[in-house]
Amino acid sequence: MALDQSFVGRSYPPTEPYEVGREKIREFAEALGDTTPAYVDPDAAKALGHPDVIAPPTFVFAITFRAAGEVIQDEQLGLDYSRVVHGDQRFEYRRPVRAGDRLTVTSTIDAIKSLAGNDILDVRGEVHDENGEHVVTAYTKLVARAAENPGAEKPGAEKPAAEGKGEEKSDG
Amino acid sequence: MAESTVTGPAYADVEVGTQLPPQSFPVRRETLVRYAGASGDFNPIHWNERFAREVGLPDVIAHGMFTMAQAVRVVTDWVGDPGAVVDYGVRFTKPVVVPDDGVGALVEVSGKVAAKLDDTHRTVRVDLTATSAGQKVLGRAQAVVRLA
Repeated sequence: MALDQSFVGRSYPPTEPYEVGREKIREFAEALGDTTPAYVDPDAAKALGHPDVIAPPTFVFAITFRAAGEVIQDEQLGLDYSRVVHGDQRFEYRRPVRAGDRLTVTSTIDAIKSLAGNDILDVRGEVHDENGEHVVTAYTKLVARAAENPGAEKPGAEKPAAEGKGEEKSDG
Repeated sequence: MAESTVTGPAYADVEVGTQLPPQSFPVRRETLVRYAGASGDFNPIHWNERFAREVGLPDVIAHGMFTMAQAVRVVTDWVGDPGAVVDYGVRFTKPVVVPDDGVGALVEVSGKVAAKLDDTHRTVRVDLTATSAGQKVLGRAQAVVRLA
């Protein structure tokens, strides 16, 4: 069932601030096996011109995706949560996220399309710091896959984005 | 942003077609468990084989955002300052399948300068290619980065 086009352009209220901590950045970098000094050493970050340690470029997704959850779970929109996969992701940076930032996210539905029974939802997350300065914008394309067998029991309602199942899944 | 005092490749020295040093990133189940904790993405398709198969996947798969995070390291390691990335986007085309065989998977990433965008801001576009088990796992993977 196609989603209601009238939701295009709808914005959701800004999230409560997320405070970026040095140790959370360290944990994230370590999980990637990335030993870039500017992620863990304030002096190394300062040598690059940053006031404190900076976060890897994709770190902010955890924050913007949580904010996008409000859209995904908006009952009025009626997206089938259990069928959502992550299609595309893009970030536009004004500056890197850094320790000490208190970030809020304002999510907006940029587009709703229907393609071969799939609902495609473009969500934009504008991230601002505690001074109201723009830090980064996250563009997230979510695809709610068509129900290939309506009425069949579907496991996997636990969580939204099964990334990577992408466009080319053969449903056989 | 303040100018970097660490010099990466200079804009003047970089040409369209310049190759970035390629890198390979091993992915094991443990890697995904650690990434799940660090990112807060606990979707069981990334650590529970039974669940992954139930939803039609061949096995546990890596988080798409994990692969996206690894791929851009080819760019950030090249420029030296991760804060120089001004734009980064990918499409998730194929999953990175991570078997529980003690070896796991390998994500191989290469990149090349596809365009010199702005002589004033010294920005270039890097096109990235990421493969695992011979399959392209990211599409339209592009980063715009500011050079020295």
